[in-house]
Amino acid sequence: MSNKIVYPYIPNSTNSAKQKMMDTLGITSIDELYVAIPDSLRLNRLLNLPDPILSEFELERHVNDLLNKNISTNEVISFLGSGCYNHYVPAICDEINSRNEFLTAYSGKTYEDHGRYQALFEFQSMMADLLNMDVVALPTYDGLQAAASALRMAIDITRRNKILVSKNISPEKISKIYDFLGSHVQIKLIDFDQDTGELSLDSLSINLNREVAAIFFDNPNFFGIIERNGEEIASLAHKFDALCVVSVDPISLGILKPPADYGADIVCGDIQSLGMHMQCGGGQAGFIAVHDDPKFIMEIPLRIYGIVPTIEKGEYGFGEIAIDRTSLMSREKGKEWVGTMANLWGITAAVYLATLGKKGIIEIGKLILSNTHYAYKAITNLPNLKAKFSNNYIFREFVVDFSNTSYSVSEINNQLLKKKIFGGYNLTGQIENCDNCAVYCITEIHSEQDIDLLVNSLEEIVQ
Amino acid sequence: MSEIIATNTPKYHQARWNEPIIYELGSDDERGILLPKPNNNDDIAAYIPSNMIRNIPPKLPEISQVEVLRHYLRLSQENLGAGLVPDLGMATSTVKYNPPINERITKNPKVMKIHPLQNEKTLQGILEIIYRLEQFVKEISGMDAISFQPRSGSQAIYTNVSIMRAYHNKNGEKEKRDEIITTIFSHPSDAATPHTAGYKVITLYPEESGYPSIEAIKAAVSERTAGFLVTNPDDTGIFNPQIAKFVEIVHEVGGICIYDQANANGLLGIARAREAGFDMCHFNLHKTFSTPHASGGPGAGAICVIDRLAPFLPVPTVAYDGQKYWWDYDKPDSIGKIAAFYGSIPNLVRAYAWIMAHGAEGLREVASIAVLNNNYLMEKILKIPGVEAPYKPGTRRIEQVRYSWKGVTEKTGVSISEIANRAVDYGMHFFFSHHPFVVPDPATLEPTESYSYRDLDNFAEYWARIAEEAYNKPEIVRQAPHHAPIHKLTELSFLDDPQKWSPTWRAYKRKHLVSD
Repeated sequence: MSNKIVYPYIPNSTNSAKQKMMDTLGITSIDELYVAIPDSLRLNRLLNLPDPILSEFELERHVNDLLNKNISTNEVISFLGSGCYNHYVPAICDEINSRNEFLTAYSGKTYEDHGRYQALFEFQSMMADLLNMDVVALPTYDGLQAAASALRMAIDITRRNKILVSKNISPEKISKIYDFLGSHVQIKLIDFDQDTGELSLDSLSINLNREVAAIFFDNPNFFGIIERNGEEIASLAHKFDALCVVSVDPISLGILKPPADYGADIVCGDIQSLGMHMQCGGGQAGFIAVHDDPKFIMEIPLRIYGIVPTIEKGEYGFGEIAIDRTSLMSREKGKEWVGTMANLWGITAAVYLATLGKKGIIEIGKLILSNTHYAYKAITNLPNLKAKFSNNYIFREFVVDFSNTSYSVSEINNQLLKKKIFGGYNLTGQIENCDNCAVYCITEIHSEQDIDLLVNSLEEIVQ
Repeated sequence: MSEIIATNTPKYHQARWNEPIIYELGSDDERGILLPKPNNNDDIAAYIPSNMIRNIPPKLPEISQVEVLRHYLRLSQENLGAGLVPDLGMATSTVKYNPPINERITKNPKVMKIHPLQNEKTLQGILEIIYRLEQFVKEISGMDAISFQPRSGSQAIYTNVSIMRAYHNKNGEKEKRDEIITTIFSHPSDAATPHTAGYKVITLYPEESGYPSIEAIKAAVSERTAGFLVTNPDDTGIFNPQIAKFVEIVHEVGGICIYDQANANGLLGIARAREAGFDMCHFNLHKTFSTPHASGGPGAGAICVIDRLAPFLPVPTVAYDGQKYWWDYDKPDSIGKIAAFYGSIPNLVRAYAWIMAHGAEGLREVASIAVLNNNYLMEKILKIPGVEAPYKPGTRRIEQVRYSWKGVTEKTGVSISEIANRAVDYGMHFFFSHHPFVVPDPATLEPTESYSYRDLDNFAEYWARIAEEAYNKPEIVRQAPHHAPIHKLTELSFLDDPQKWSPTWRAYKRKHLVSD
């Protein structure tokens, strides 16, 4: 039983500790504790893994040597967005989400984990004010899951079995919706107007009937275009007693009208923009919001924290609202499931929103808008480049059409990479009629010089 | 609160800041951060259609950065992170040590500040780490192909169910096979995710042995069986030695066997899904492989499948031709996307570093010590009068034990929730059980490999003291917690009465505060 290695993460890996504990149990080998596992199920050999790197110093160097093969957006100027955004992360966000108390905690109860409850209640509350809705749940995995769950809610609320999904959302999201609902729900994709890039009201009208549970769209959509017809879409849905489900990036809501104000019944989206680094997609987290209507709340699969008074007057305690609807209490009779989701990002978003505050959330919206249009004008004025769509009401992203150049988008992006620029996301083969197009993303972090460099580089490449 | 209670409670006290709700802080025009000025002063009306402009600003608070930081630091102090205590009361969750080196590694801009849609040439490091981690997890599970796309364990279970459904669909059997079988001590998500995916759920209950009988599984299977989802050992910590027979019975009717190995902590390098005949399994990287629980996510799930099921994995997977790595989308039978991009990539880096810090012998050591710790703790806990470990008394357990406090509660009238509240005064988490409570007055402990025998001795001593208090000074327990950030909750109707519930500050103000 003697062991050559004492592991720093395993206090009882010393021989004396093992001996003491085995003596207490009256055993001579730890193997005796595995008596229940039949020999036929045992591995009975060491796993075939590389030799360990036992010193912390060498471990760090080894992993960093691998990571150094990446190029980060600190080393280039990136114009990639399409679901994961390079927004500024205030230092205070990293400070709080690195706190060991939050980082290492799991799901303690209302007393000993009071801090988590309050921080996440504040996340719900500030999101609710941004969204102008009364109920926001704890975060889910990402915006894809939020959309899929919101649509599942709509199906159960209306007791109908068909959903209409706009084609101008991310192809990933469409794929997710098909996986989550496609085996038992009829999904109809609604065309977008080839000229404006917006959801086609004609296509919507043709497909709307009393079998439809919900219509789903993003605003702004995957092309960065602000859907002007939100109100018409919602009223069309309501005319057939269907629900209007809208996905939105909350960072836009200082300046853009919240979907509830044009009739959305369920609003969802991703909060990565609110203080999460991109982390190669690891900073995503989804949200779901509804009005304060039990019919809707009881269909939310996620935890919802709520204020509960304590015996001390004026003190806030918290608990979980209508917990019986969840899988934690009712297994398969619950709504979807609850488990580890994305709470640390919910806490971070709370810090972000409290830090930006009422004025900051408006200013950041204006700044993004101003930068986006600066880039949009300059790029679409270049010879042979044009905007893909006529609607120039855009926020943060826009689609550039390269089909009048003699290069493919990937050739252009390779050229840009040589100039230390990540070009826009290539739509070729991703969305119908969008070959030779790319989505460019501009945020508050792009300076005029950054954008000028992109414009000059594009000009050089395509001329 | 009487003085007597105060003198009888432990010296420990958690921070109690009585923090206001964020909206009660700050005042008009305070700023938490300043931003650059836009390059132009254009009216936003030029860029936003008039019907889409927000006319009423969102009612966010206005607070100086000083106070925002202070507020959330204080809330963090009111949160009992696993770093602060031997966190073995949060069982079934495998709360183990989260090494700070893994945090420092993931703070590298080459993790933090990379975009998932970057040219693969610029992501070779991260792709290589994922590829290497795949090889590790293949060996650890014995399975043939891996995806790390799910962002949690439950999403991983769901993904395995979706793959099973796609497989039956491909064989023209999707409609016919509409049932899955699980056990009551398997995680709720083993029932909930297949239900979400459209399956009827059949749940098996344990015999006196702690696991269901062969007859029960034989009676449950039929040509309608799509699959079998099970944890083993399950929440009782009892290993079902007949598991291979269960698998065989399900396979005989054409079902798929899915092993929930969210927590494989007691079995690393000891026993694998492969040898037991399973078709799929999953691991939670935030349990077995030490990535932080992050107050409830983000986690990460590894799904592991045999060759026959590999074509159905979500896209993309990571491919390697001996020279370069890339995202492989060329999978016509794939179920498609489960999560945005490729899931929780920083957690893959952490798990890679954690496995590399152990190697094969180290992983065996993790499992051995987790099991040694668990049985050592059980030895101590079972000395407490009135606390028992139901099923198979006198036998060893794997990595956790579901205890019953029934002997204490029946004799004293103190409820298990009151006992849990009292545990807070000792700086301990207390997890009962998933619902329903098949074991009466349950409490589940999982000491993992991360805690010393001194930690375990102390923990058992605290539990013994709580039991003694329940017998001799029950009021202390009934009124607990005394040393938590807040006092005891009242009016629990605030959680279930729609007229009262307050999921947000604006709802609370509307329902409970005089309008301003």
